This record gives sequence, structure tokens and C-alpha cells, in this order.
Amino acid sequence: MGFLDIRDVTKFYGQTEVLHRINISIEEDEFLVLVGPSGCGKSTLLNMIAGLESITSGEVSIRGRVINGVHPSQRNIAMVFQSYALYPNMTVGKNITFGLEMHGVSRHEREEALLDVAKLLQIDHLLDRKPGQLSGGQRQRVAMGRALVRKPDVFLFDEPLSNLDAKLRVDMRTEIKKLHEKLKTTIVYVTHDQIEAMTLSTRIAVLEQGHIQQLGTPQEIYNTPANVFVGRFMGSPAMNVIPARVAVQEGVPFACVTDSGDGEQLLRFSQANLAGWDGREILLGIRPEAITDPEGADRGSTNVVSLRNRIGVTEPAGSDTFVTMTLGGIDVTARMRADVNVCRGDTVDLAFNMDKAVAFDPETEKRIES
Amino acid sequence: MGSAAQDTAVHTGRVARTFIYLVLLLFALFYLLPFLVMLINSVKPLSEITSGNMLALPAVWTIEPWLSAWSTAQIGVEPTGLKPYFVNSLLMVVPAVAISTILGALNGYVLTKWRFRGDGILFGLMLFSCFIPFQIVLIPMARTLGILGMAGSTPGLVLVHVVYGLGFTTLFFRNYYAAFPTELVRAAMIDGAGFFKIFWRIMLPVSGPIMVVSIIWQFTNIWNDFLFGASFADLDSMPMTVALNNLVNSSTGVKEYNVHFAGAIIAALPTLVVYVVAGRYFVRGLMAGSVKG
Ligand SMILES: Nc1ncnc2c1ncn2[C@@H]1O[C@H](COP(=O)(O)OP(=O)(O)OP(=O)(O)O)[C@@H](O)[C@H]1O
Ligand SMILES: [Mg+2]
Repeated sequence: MGFLDIRDVTKFYGQTEVLHRINISIEEDEFLVLVGPSGCGKSTLLNMIAGLESITSGEVSIRGRVINGVHPSQRNIAMVFQSYALYPNMTVGKNITFGLEMHGVSRHEREEALLDVAKLLQIDHLLDRKPGQLSGGQRQRVAMGRALVRKPDVFLFDEPLSNLDAKLRVDMRTEIKKLHEKLKTTIVYVTHDQIEAMTLSTRIAVLEQGHIQQLGTPQEIYNTPANVFVGRFMGSPAMNVIPARVAVQEGVPFACVTDSGDGEQLLRFSQANLAGWDGREILLGIRPEAITDPEGADRGSTNVVSLRNRIGVTEPAGSDTFVTMTLGGIDVTARMRADVNVCRGDTVDLAFNMDKAVAFDPETEKRIES
Repeated sequence: MGSAAQDTAVHTGRVARTFIYLVLLLFALFYLLPFLVMLINSVKPLSEITSGNMLALPAVWTIEPWLSAWSTAQIGVEPTGLKPYFVNSLLMVVPAVAISTILGALNGYVLTKWRFRGDGILFGLMLFSCFIPFQIVLIPMARTLGILGMAGSTPGLVLVHVVYGLGFTTLFFRNYYAAFPTELVRAAMIDGAGFFKIFWRIMLPVSGPIMVVSIIWQFTNIWNDFLFGASFADLDSMPMTVALNNLVNSSTGVKEYNVHFAGAIIAALPTLVVYVVAGRYFVRGLMAGSVKG
């Protein structure tokens, strides 16, 4: 049993089921990120943990205590909202200590707690201001201060960075990560940004349409996605999912793909578990960074396959050049070094790092286990 | 606010601007004319009015009519002046405005932040009450007051005005709070604030503009109401408007027009004061729901 347990939790709004039998067990000090596209039910799940939405069926427990029906203020949780939800009529200091005041903490202790938190978040100089006089990043800090000061069992974050501009978002992301490492708190964090999910989490739960698609460490999610959806959703640019046919030659499985010239090309799989799939169609999942120019290929890989293909659009992105081509009848993105010298229409050698390739069953879209 | 107003203003030429001001001035004068006539004639001896020119400035200035209207004029059968009725009106209007505004705020808070099954229908019904003509409720209201034992009393009038005003105040506050972020209420819930704490500490402090709207609206309506006052008050609780009517219609002796004018101004004074003091917040509050910022 974990620290925060979500057992068979479902949620109905009227007749529509927006969450289907969710099971997540979170250990103490864990940083769990709930990620998924808009409307998949992330906020709903978080609000159910917070007690702001009722639980239709199933159980949520913290430290072994079932908290279904317990008032939000009695769950020993704190929440940071997307809009920060700072009380506009109160000063920053009041905002942070309001929860303590409501819980009957003495003025003296409140002051002390406030100073600790303000120092930690470097907002000491803002305590007498009203939220309206703060910048976005400062408001963000105050919102976190309000959560931290309560010393809760679990922190809940609902897209806390989505109102910040790109630069500040990266800074605050680092700061949240540092804070977690320093304070060792249990965090459930909602975002639809897969980079935030990858960088912050110790584990990720990918949600889609109210189902958990996969629950695992960032590496598991990234390298061995449970299905096509997870593969495509995590990572940017998205994973290439190429229609291919399996051909087994002398016990070794290959993926047969049509190149831009309608010829057949063979890509040897690294794992051997596809033997039973001889002659059948699959979906080959391979990330853009696993398709490179030959010089840029991963030296640590055991199985780099070379393939010649004509390329389409090239998009220099500063640190890399993204190259689009047709393979298996779809657009495939490769990630080449920044200074690579290729032009639209060239036919070039490409290096496929097949160690990183995964295969999906085209019927179920699930990954074929290795 | 100021800069926003400038941004939206269309820049016009000097001639056009002068013209606009002239027209506005004319309209303002036209609207002020009745008040001016009242004011002038309230400080004249009666003889100057009856001898002819209503529009002329007084030859002899006197505050006698004001004093008479306030404390000695014949109201119905008693020579009490308007003073006791002014007090009656105050005793009625202050609690009625306060109660209907607070209840309206609570209703708006519940209807937007503590949604429940059928809240939309309930709000629709409350809204509907704004469109019920006064005349329809007279008899049921009289019966209700009778049953409650409040007939002919100031608390009875307060109840009538609270009930009648609730639809409007609820509408004001509901629309205002609908734009108020629900996340704030949720944050306060997690912080451990209860239903009334949230209302008192989080919602009310930011309700200033709509509070002013509600107070002005209720104050003018209740102060100026004649029908309910005439129907449900007896001599001890008769409000200003009814007393003014009695003053003007007193059948004995000559018609003291100067006293009538003074009385009418006294009756209008409180609403004027409220407008002057809080009027600019009124427009701001009405706009607040529709325009952000
Ligand atoms: N009060 C409600 N009544 C009915 N359906 C609702 C209600 N609240 C949310 N939903 C539905 O539940 C689903 C999940 O909503 P939720 O807010 O949890 O999405 P989300 O994953 O947080 O999305 P986003 O990234 O846009 O915030 C959505 O399809 C939404 O339409
Ligand atoms: Mg959401």
C-alpha cells in the first residue's frame, strides 16, 4: 500500500463517465505527473484527491486513511491552481497565512512560518503587496508559498506553469524540481506539457479519455510506450509510427518499409520477439532522434541500420535540423545534426538506431512486448 | 479607468466639440428646470406665487415654507409636518436596503459558487419576480402581513420591500459573482474557510461596486415607493411619500404651494444625496459585469 492510494476510482458527470477505474499508488516523496491531452480528466482526478469533486466510486486514501467524503481542509493537502487563485483583497503575507489562520494557528507561529516560506521562495520583500501588484512569476511563487506553509502530506498542482511565458516557465520548472528535491514532499502534478512531465516527474501517468494509458518512470514511458497514443503524445517532435511488414530471415526479424521511390527497404529489429509475426503488418515506432545522418548515429547502439531515401522539407532548428521524408507512405521526421548539409530532394544515407525502435500491433495499437 | 476612457474616445474637432457641449448643456438645463422652479418657489411667500409669475426669483426670500413643511404643516388631520414621516421612511428604508442587499449577496454567492440541483430554475423564478407588477401582489401581501401580525407596521413594510427587492438584488449579485473565479472559492475551501468565512473574507471585500449598485437601486425604489406605503402602512408607519401626498391634498384652507414645493424637495433629498455620493460607482458597478478590468 502506498502513501497516496487511488483505488478503482471512477467519475460520472450525469451519464457520462469521464474517469474509468483509475488505479494509482503513490509512494512518499514521489513526484507523480498526470499528463494527457485537454479534456482527458486530469483536473477532475486531481480535484477528487483534493476533495473539490465527489468520487463516484472507488477509494482515495492518504497514509492509509480513506478520505472519500472528508472535507478538503481536513485532508492535509495543499493545492496550487492554474490561475494561482490568490485572494485579491489580501496582501501576500495574508494570502500565505490565511490557511493557518483558518486552522487556528496562533499569530506568532503564523509569522514564523510565513518568514520561513518567504525566505525559501525569495519573496520576503513582497509580503505587503497585493496580488494585483505582482508579476506572473511572483504570483506563482506566492501561490506555492501558500501551499508550502501548511506543510501538507500531499501537494497538488494543476497546470501551475501554463500562464507563464516560455522562459519563465522553464525557470520555474527548474525551481519546482529543486524544491521537491530539497523538501522531499509528495507531489501530484497535472500538466498537458509532455516536457514538463518528463523533466519533473519520478513517475508519469498518461491519461487519455479517462483511461490510464501507461504508468511508469519517464524512461519507461519514453522508451517503451505502452501503445501508439503514449508513443506519439510523449516526445517532441512526435514519434514516427510507420506501417511496415515483418519478414523473418533465418530467425532474424526485419521490418519491410516502402521508401520514397516505392522500393522495399529492410530494417533489422534488435529484439527477436517478432518471430511469430512473419509476413504480418505492424506499426514501427521510431523517434526522430533515432533517425540521423550516418555521422550523427549513436555510437553506443548495437544495431544501426543504414537506409537510403529521398528527403523532403528540412527545418533547421538551431541545435538540430529536422528533416521530413516519406517512408511507409507517411511523413517521417528525422533529427540530424545542426550543420548537416542536405537539401530538399536529395537522396541521402540515413542511420536508423533500431535499438530504440518499438513495434505496435496495428489492431490494438498496443506495443508488442519484447 | 481614465486612460481606458481616453483610448475609446473618438477624437473630434473643436467645432463639433463645442456643439456637443452646447447641446448637453441645454439638455441638462431642461432636466433641471422643474427642480429649479420648485426650489425658487419654495423660498417665496405664498402671496408671490398666487399673484402670478412662477418663474420669477423671489422678491422676499424666506425659509418659512421649509420650516412649515418640516415641522408644522397639516398632514391629513395632524399638524405635525413631514418630520415624523421622514423618520418613518428612514426606519423603513435602512433595514430594508440592508437586508435585501445582504440576502441578495448571499443568494448570488450560493447560486454561483455552491451550485445545486435546480439552481438554474430557482434563479429563473427569482428573476421572474422582477417582472411581477406591484398591483398583483397587493392582496396576497396584505393577507400575509395580516397572518404574520405585521399589518400596518414598519417591520411589515420592511418585509414587503425585502421580498420585492430580492429578485433584483439577487440578479445583481449573481451576475457579478458569476465572473468571480471559482478557483478562489476552492482555494479558500482547502485553506479551511467555511461557507460564511468565504463569503465574508473572500467575496464581500471585492463586492464594493455591485454593493453600491444594489444599495442605490434599492434605496431609490423603496424611498420613492408610494403604492406599498399607501396600502400597508397606517398612521404610525406611514412613509414620506404618502405623507407628502397627504400634505398636498389636505383639504382645509388655502393651498400653500410654497410649502408643498419645500416638502417635495425634502422628500427627494435623500435619493439625491445617495446619487451624488455614490452615483459614479453606480455606473462603474453596472459595467463591471460586462467589461473586465
Ligand atoms: N461539471 C462538469 N459537468 C460535466 N462534464 C464535465 C464537468 N467538468 C468537466 N467535465 C468533463 O470532464 C472531462 C474532463 O475534464 P477535466 O477538466 O478533468 O479535463 P483536463 O484533463 O483537466 O483538461 P484541460 O487540460 O483542458 O484542463 C472533460 O471532457 C469535461 O468536458
Ligand atoms: Mg484541467
